[in-house]
Amino acid sequence: MGDGPPSLWEWFGRNWDTGRADSIRTLLTDHVTMSFVPVVLALVVALPLGLACARWRWLYQPTSGLMNIVYALPSLPVFMLMISVTGLSQTTVIVPLAFYGVAVLIPAVVDGLDSVPDHVRQSAVAVGFTPLRRLLQVELPIAAPVVLAGLRVVAVSSISLVSVGALIGQGGLGGLFTRAYQNPFMPPVIVGIVLIVALALVADGLLVLAQRLLTPWVRARKEAAS
Amino acid sequence: MDDLSFEAPTGEITVLVGPSGCGKTTSLRMINRMIDASEGRILLDGVPVQGIDPPTLRRGIGYVIQQAGLFPHRKIVDNIATVPYLLGWDRKKARARAMELLERVGLDPALAGRYPFQLSGGQQQRVGVARALAADPPVLLMDEPFSAVDPIVRTSLQDELLRLQSELNKTIVFVTHDIDEAIKLGDRVAVLRVGGRLAQLADPKTLLAEPADDFVREFLGHDRGIRRLQFVSTEGLRLRTDLTVPEGSDGGSPEPWLLVVDGDGRPVGWRSAVRPGELEPYGTFVRGRDSMRAALDAALLSPSGCSVAVDEQGKVVGVATRDALDRALSEAVHG
Repeated sequence: MGDGPPSLWEWFGRNWDTGRADSIRTLLTDHVTMSFVPVVLALVVALPLGLACARWRWLYQPTSGLMNIVYALPSLPVFMLMISVTGLSQTTVIVPLAFYGVAVLIPAVVDGLDSVPDHVRQSAVAVGFTPLRRLLQVELPIAAPVVLAGLRVVAVSSISLVSVGALIGQGGLGGLFTRAYQNPFMPPVIVGIVLIVALALVADGLLVLAQRLLTPWVRARKEAAS
Repeated sequence: MDDLSFEAPTGEITVLVGPSGCGKTTSLRMINRMIDASEGRILLDGVPVQGIDPPTLRRGIGYVIQQAGLFPHRKIVDNIATVPYLLGWDRKKARARAMELLERVGLDPALAGRYPFQLSGGQQQRVGVARALAADPPVLLMDEPFSAVDPIVRTSLQDELLRLQSELNKTIVFVTHDIDEAIKLGDRVAVLRVGGRLAQLADPKTLLAEPADDFVREFLGHDRGIRRLQFVSTEGLRLRTDLTVPEGSDGGSPEPWLLVVDGDGRPVGWRSAVRPGELEPYGTFVRGRDSMRAALDAALLSPSGCSVAVDEQGKVVGVATRDALDRALSEAVHG
């Protein structure tokens, strides 16, 4: 200490686990929670809504119109509005991000279900699937690749958007950026960017892996095509 | 659909044929309630289908559609086992049954672990047939199952269906727009006109011989006369056995044409009295199995004007001369 500012590694090591609320480790955990929960919520909400939109087509236009407006709302004022409802908690960040996710996932679910070829749906009816089993065992599995592609977009954008929450004190790793802003010092910014990008890569990688495990026929088809 | 009434006899293939818009697919889908008839009744073994819960009804009726409609996310073996799974069979039993059917429809068991897109169109269609047969339903509905594959594959699929049917004796209702397919496959053929009205229901032979009206006549197309011959047996064709000579012999004969036969009794070629040094091509038909159409075709393939009758092993059983063919033809036409 004392001879100049600490190096990146030194700074990281010193701040990784201080036991305080602003230790990098805590910020990372918060970040994961605040980006993972909205993705799950978005999927849980978008699936039934997407199914409804695919089933009753007239619902789709108004729903996607509304969702596009939601998606267009800048996140910061939405966070601020949310404070009056949920206070300065993680929920304030989680709820708007879940809405963004829903906006992306509803079209993904509808497109996914549209990707089920008509003759496949017909033959599922003809061999005696009940409507529920047809949905669960034929239509959703075939829609899965498109839904998973949407999920990848939602996961990565959530991870990135969480940091905006730092402006209301709930931004996970975003907290590292506001700290640097107050006191010009580069290591926190670099650590923040690297960790967020790494988090996004890991999340995306896990989803790609899930896609391969859940939809082995898609990969086999791609290999056959190349 | 207007006032369509017909019966598909148990164990027979009934073909619905007609131009597009004649309601043939609609009729088929009324049988398994994919479309509900607004009026009228459909009886399955005497029971009205309207009274049966659709999924239950459909699991008891095999269904094959044009593009096979296989489930892209399921392996071939699981595609075939679809209905057994729906009926709650255990996985092992359902898969064993699927493997049995895979072979039955003439596919390599090694395909079991593939996905549908890895198969050719013809193979997919065979899988479609296997899937329809998996739970051994007494009734099979086939909606233009072979119209999306090329003609050579189509012919082999049709032959395969007839072979399967000779073993299984299902009650089949088959929809097609192809009259040749209808005539080849149908025990009975129902010709429908636009609007779903029945123009004629008859066995193929009667259909070709006595079309009910101009619509049916036109739908049957040209060379109806020639096609009729495929229902005339060669059983009664009179054969001459004195026109064959063994290979190597050059015995003098007053006949203008002699059939040279090898040591195993198989035909080698025609020897003409004019140019005994050269052998001319011949055409054969299997006596009793092939039709008069094949016999006539064989005669037209050879400059001798005669066709060679062989047995199932390909050995010559005699020669049908032009006179014999002539006589058989006139009997066929004039009864």
